Amino acid sequence: MQDAPLSPATLHQLPKAPTGIDGLDEITEGGLPLGRPTLVCGSAGCGKTLLAIEFLVRGIRDYNEPGVLMTFEETADELAANVASLGFDLRQMQADKQLRLDHVHIDRSEIEETGEYDLDGLFIRLGYAIDTIGAKRVVLDTIEALFSGFSNEAVLRSEIRRLFRWLKDKGVTTIITAERGEGTLTRQGLEEYVSDCVILLDNRVIDQITTRRLRIVKYRGSTHGTNEYPYLISEDGISVLPVTSLKLEHTVSDDIISSGVPGLDEMFTRRGWYRGSSVLITGTAGTAKTTLAAAFALETCRRGERCLYFAFEESPAQLIRNMRSVGMDLQPYLDQGLLRIEAARPTLNGLERHLVTLHRTVAQFKPHAVVIDPISNLVSVGSLNEVRSMLTRMIDFLKVSNITALFTALISTHDDRMDRTEEGVSSLVDTWVSVRDLEGIGERNRGLSILKARGMSHSNQVREFLVTENGIQLLDVIIGPAGIITGAGRLTQRIQEEAQRAVQQHEAARRDRDLERKRRVLEATIANLRTEFETVEEELRRISHEEQTRETSLHESRSALAKGLSADYLAAKPNTRP
Amino acid sequence: MPMSPAAIPPEEPAYEFYLYVTGATPNSTRALRNIKEICELYLPGQYILKIIDIYREPQMAQQEQIVASPTLIRHRPLPQRRLVGDLSNRATVLAVLGIDHQLPPTSIS
Repeated sequence: MQDAPLSPATLHQLPKAPTGIDGLDEITEGGLPLGRPTLVCGSAGCGKTLLAIEFLVRGIRDYNEPGVLMTFEETADELAANVASLGFDLRQMQADKQLRLDHVHIDRSEIEETGEYDLDGLFIRLGYAIDTIGAKRVVLDTIEALFSGFSNEAVLRSEIRRLFRWLKDKGVTTIITAERGEGTLTRQGLEEYVSDCVILLDNRVIDQITTRRLRIVKYRGSTHGTNEYPYLISEDGISVLPVTSLKLEHTVSDDIISSGVPGLDEMFTRRGWYRGSSVLITGTAGTAKTTLAAAFALETCRRGERCLYFAFEESPAQLIRNMRSVGMDLQPYLDQGLLRIEAARPTLNGLERHLVTLHRTVAQFKPHAVVIDPISNLVSVGSLNEVRSMLTRMIDFLKVSNITALFTALISTHDDRMDRTEEGVSSLVDTWVSVRDLEGIGERNRGLSILKARGMSHSNQVREFLVTENGIQLLDVIIGPAGIITGAGRLTQRIQEEAQRAVQQHEAARRDRDLERKRRVLEATIANLRTEFETVEEELRRISHEEQTRETSLHESRSALAKGLSADYLAAKPNTRP
Repeated sequence: MPMSPAAIPPEEPAYEFYLYVTGATPNSTRALRNIKEICELYLPGQYILKIIDIYREPQMAQQEQIVASPTLIRHRPLPQRRLVGDLSNRATVLAVLGIDHQLPPTSIS
């Protein structure tokens, strides 16, 4: 080609017609090829007709694109009745000139071929139907029925080829349904004629559980999801569940909410976990996982928020009774409509159905928190991979909706099958709390630790906890010589400590008494000394007084001598001196 | 039947055919020529033939469940019969329409 290099403008994406079907537009990255035919093939009962009708109905309802439904198998009345249960009112749409139904009745026994013919009658009918309502979408439901009505296959094939060409020229987006053949996509090889988009529906039963899957076999001129995607036929129509369509782009909340167990909150630096995060509680049998889950549910309701509780092991009544025994009364919240318990055996439905139940209940109930107790039971329904992919979708869905999710999972030390489930899920959750038995000599105690908490630091301790009449209580950490002490060891330790404390108190009292005695002795000694001192002082004072008196008298006699006293007095005087 | 047998042929011919064609396509023209020939040959005066162009009356195609073109429908005598194609296979046409093809050649000869 001598053309100039393609500019971005010429590289525009193939225009697409959105189907409006949950998830399908995500896989096809926008919908079916606009103005071109798409082949939908699959075995009996996998929902080809439903998918096609939903494409029409959603086109009318959501995109204002009128549609024509040409059916070769069911009559208009039958179809209208069939899809009425999905809330599609075909009659009203027909009355509003949004939809045209044309049932093509073909019966081999009534038709004799007497020469050359073509299918112009079909073209005219279809063209007339399209033109009268300005249809943008067309469905040909099982055009292969023509092959049972006419024997000249060469004519049929060339006419069908011409029909598809003609539909393309008319610019209508068409779905052609076809039955799946042996080893081929369709019985009559219609995939040869429809080259733009082929969607394969599959209905398979594995271990007595039906799973429907959808795969895009080809989509010319567009990228598309290539996996097999499970899909469901629910009360609201078809719902395809792509795993990869959810890009990790959801907004996050900075709110912290309580776990419902004060002691557990304390173990996180931010005193709880983030709103909208997902929490996994794993533990062996009987480690109070359900109690922890119920505590969280109760706390959610106490804040006045709605909580949805999926119980896969217990009936609602049993759950409420059991939780009441540990001081948690769920009944009032159930009555107020803040709590909703959905109890079902996991084996009741396939995994996909569980997921759809979750989606639908969440959409109806709009909970702030969802508890699933336990997820490990789901393994009984599907293979590990399926469970994992289902949980991925479930967690993603809840995250996107900013719903806090709490899952419990049973793990077993004997069975590494469960551990692998745990591994699979653990990478998906934000917070992982592990409860386990701390088995010592002759007893078991429950211990709780935090394995991970995205976005906050947390305690690294294994805390012992008790399930009491007042709920769950975390005990203070007691560290003995050989690490953390629990149970009877904890008791022994406490008794020992108390004895030691008594001894210490006794000792202190004795020391106090000693001191008192010493003080008293000292005081007595001081009093003695003071008395002694007083005696001495008195003596000294007396001596000093005498001395003074003598001195005075001596002085007086000297003065008298000096004034002329007798000689003998004078002579005698020195002798008196000592 | 209360009506006398003699009164039926002029008012209500025994045979009533509707031929659905698509304009003047080769198949349609051939079919028209063939049916006219058969009627004139085997059922002179005993038939009504209506030709409907579904290009002009597309709603008739849906109403009468026309898929292939051309289509010939025998409305009378009952039961209704349908023939598709250009009616060139005369033996089949006669057999399906219930026309005794031994009769006309003798009347001609």
